[in-house]
Amino acid sequence: MKNRHAALFLLLVLLAALPQFLPRFYTYIAAIVLLTGLLATSLNLAIGYGGIYQFHHAVFYGIGAYGTALMLTRGTMPAVFGFLAGPLASAALSLVMGLVCIRLSKLYFGMLQISLGSLVWATVYRWYSFTGGDDGIHGVPLPDAIASPQGSYYFTLAVAALSVFALYRIVRSPFGMTLQGIRDNPVRSEAIGVNVRLHQLAALVVAGFFGGVAGMLFVVVDTSVFPDMMFWTFSLEVLVMCLLGGMYTFFGPFAGAAAIVLLRVFASVYTPYWSLLLGVLLTLVIIFLPDGVAGYLVRRLRGREGVRA
Amino acid sequence: MLRVESLVKSFGGFKAVNGANLQVRAGEIVAVIGPNGAGKTTLFHLITGHLTPDSGRILFKGREIAGLAPHRICRKGITRSFQVVNIFPRLTVFENVQIAVLSRERKTFRIFSPVEGMAAEEVDRILSNVGLLEKRDVESDLLSHGDQKVLEIAVALGGNPELLILDEPTAGMAPEETERCIRLIRKLSEESGLTILFCEHDIGLVFEIANRIMVMVRGGTVIQGGREEVRRNREVQNAYLGESGAC
Repeated sequence: MKNRHAALFLLLVLLAALPQFLPRFYTYIAAIVLLTGLLATSLNLAIGYGGIYQFHHAVFYGIGAYGTALMLTRGTMPAVFGFLAGPLASAALSLVMGLVCIRLSKLYFGMLQISLGSLVWATVYRWYSFTGGDDGIHGVPLPDAIASPQGSYYFTLAVAALSVFALYRIVRSPFGMTLQGIRDNPVRSEAIGVNVRLHQLAALVVAGFFGGVAGMLFVVVDTSVFPDMMFWTFSLEVLVMCLLGGMYTFFGPFAGAAAIVLLRVFASVYTPYWSLLLGVLLTLVIIFLPDGVAGYLVRRLRGREGVRA
Repeated sequence: MLRVESLVKSFGGFKAVNGANLQVRAGEIVAVIGPNGAGKTTLFHLITGHLTPDSGRILFKGREIAGLAPHRICRKGITRSFQVVNIFPRLTVFENVQIAVLSRERKTFRIFSPVEGMAAEEVDRILSNVGLLEKRDVESDLLSHGDQKVLEIAVALGGNPELLILDEPTAGMAPEETERCIRLIRKLSEESGLTILFCEHDIGLVFEIANRIMVMVRGGTVIQGGREEVRRNREVQNAYLGESGAC
């Protein structure tokens, strides 16, 4: 336990030092890794811990980003409200979509969510006068302190670290454990007095909120938003991040997100078919490491101790 | 404490439970017996809210509970174990019981306090009561079948029930495990004064521990009475049940 804290602290120090020696472009990539990691971790609360088939998580990422971008470009309130408005809008949307979808289970939940999410996407895509349509919104004005690449990186690091920490606490709370119980056995959960749907709904709102935080961070890093952020194929990509890293571990999805973002950046320099590489990688992981890479490592460690880590 | 009156539940054209009557008084151990397909498990599902009856009444402490959601019925003081092992396989033995305790204490919506060590005293007491304390940190998936069935009971105890319903608690157990399970049921009844309703295929076991026995055939109640009363009726029952003579 001590070692783990030390390792995390070291990682944070390393991340904080990154912009000091990385060129501008890579600082930008590092920030994208952080916020995408948060996005995957937030999805994992629903899918990995809650066992809810959250197939269209990118919608909450997109709404978080649009909410923030619209507040910053059109709103007259201080920027802080913009940073809050995005995630809160995501949480609200998550609640509404959740109320509709939660009646269905498993795959049906996922299918309905994709339909409703695509509806949201289509609205954003078509509503030129408000959302900028397929052009999106560019050059979102940011407060001076976080307008520089370094400033936005540190803001992203701080917010992502805090959010991931909050999610970690949630996973380790009575609520988090109840959620895992529901994932493993909803019938049993009901029989011990747990209101299954209500807990699932709460998990969806929390996941949606932090997905929205990731979207808000994207606006800070990229100063733009576009409808592709919330197209369903991107949801699939976030899902793949969770699978790759390991859905039953806390940090697996974060690692999976880092791997995919970096793969896209570096492999796409050499070949436009980088996703082929990802496909092969994912196939291998699913066949040989069904718990994901991190899941495999945890199992190995656990196996040696004979009890849960 | 529990009163079931002319309960009916059909699936399609098949009447799984058809006019069942049952009465359980506080502090009793009541057994439900009957051949395969008599509707015992369906009856339990109806009582605990996992199924909704077509007609009839289920009264718990004088209040109608038929048709309530399972989590509400649990809150009223009825918890259960399942016939087929039904636990949280990825959680440890300790956590399995801990969830039940936290759920009863309505703490499952606390999202920032660490769960580690919460309610530990009570969970450990339950585990030592059922004899699983030394396995508390084992992932429950890895337990033997017999231990998993006992864990089932421990999870049900986590809800601190007034009425404990056990659906074939010894199904699939080895003889010495069955022995252990019987001792546990007795102990729970004697030491904690728990009211227990269970169903079982092993007729010998039923006559050993039940105060009163309800016989169910084709969804309906044939008789409910004390051991002697049912035993005297046994010749009739033998013809009726066929299989009970074999036990």
